[in-house]
Amino acid sequence: MIRQCLIIFGCLAVGEFIVWLTGISIPSSIIGMLLLASLLQLRLIKEEWVKGMSDFLISNMGFFFVPPGVALMLYLDVIKAELTPIVVATVVSTVLVLVATGWTHQLFKRHGDTAE
Amino acid sequence: MEILQNNIILLALTFGIFYAARQLQKRTGWIVLNPILVTIAVLIVLLTVTGISYETYSQAGNYIEFWLKPAIVALGVPLYQHLGQIRRQFLPIFLSQLAGSIVGVVSVVAIAQVMGASRETIISLAPKSVTTPIAMEVCQAMGGIPSLTAAIVVSVGLFGAIFGFKVLEVWHVKNPYSQGLSIGTASHAVGTSRAMEKGDTYGAYASLGLILNGILTALLAPLILQLMGI
Repeated sequence: MIRQCLIIFGCLAVGEFIVWLTGISIPSSIIGMLLLASLLQLRLIKEEWVKGMSDFLISNMGFFFVPPGVALMLYLDVIKAELTPIVVATVVSTVLVLVATGWTHQLFKRHGDTAE
Repeated sequence: MEILQNNIILLALTFGIFYAARQLQKRTGWIVLNPILVTIAVLIVLLTVTGISYETYSQAGNYIEFWLKPAIVALGVPLYQHLGQIRRQFLPIFLSQLAGSIVGVVSVVAIAQVMGASRETIISLAPKSVTTPIAMEVCQAMGGIPSLTAAIVVSVGLFGAIFGFKVLEVWHVKNPYSQGLSIGTASHAVGTSRAMEKGDTYGAYASLGLILNGILTALLAPLILQLMGI
């Protein structure tokens, strides 16, 4: 358990350090994620060293954003005031993302891959 | 009601409501009864009724929210597991993710801007397609309202989970891999859980879209907003 925490929080800490050092606006957690994937790929750490902790965190990810979601109560007036732009922009954009991703993938996908 | 302001009691309440909401969704099978959305709604009503401020609740909530960042780091494990697949089909996956990510940020920002949304709202909308922890961090890094992002992201996920496959059928995206990838790219974890129900292949590609678009949007969104003069 300590080793699992060390790996996850170690990667996150390196991410925090890089953000502090360079001032880039990329979340430290994204840097930590890429670092963890790299360490696994380079065989510097084994998958079973983090598996328990990572499975727990990923399967409960939804729960962790309940409190920030509750902060919404502070912004109910913003949402009420700008409801139309928020809803229209969100729905239209989501349809566009679905179609753009799907079409591009179908276009560049080699036919032989469908059997994979 | 003073005792309700106790951190431990507020934490237990949050766990309890989420558990009940999840049971409710299991029983009814209604995807609209998303446990995250239901729990947020119930807590807001409860806090408003009892007169507990958000500041008080957030002292308890911080113990839960704290785990968001480590959870994103943990996504490095499935990313590593998918690396082989990504490498074999690098070009179609990478190009479609790039298209989805750019279209997602540019279109939502452009539409919101034309319709007269405020700067803070536009920034909060920009990362709407990616999974909430990533979206909130991106939003915070750019100076938006993270909790507004959280609410929008959950709504986008629900929209994608309910209508995503229908939209894809109508627009002639029939390939199962392309469908899964698109659902994950557009509607993150909520869409991915719907794709998992349809089958493992859909689910695997959806989670691939969820992770890759999360990374791409985190990297590209600040740049795109800068280029668009936000």
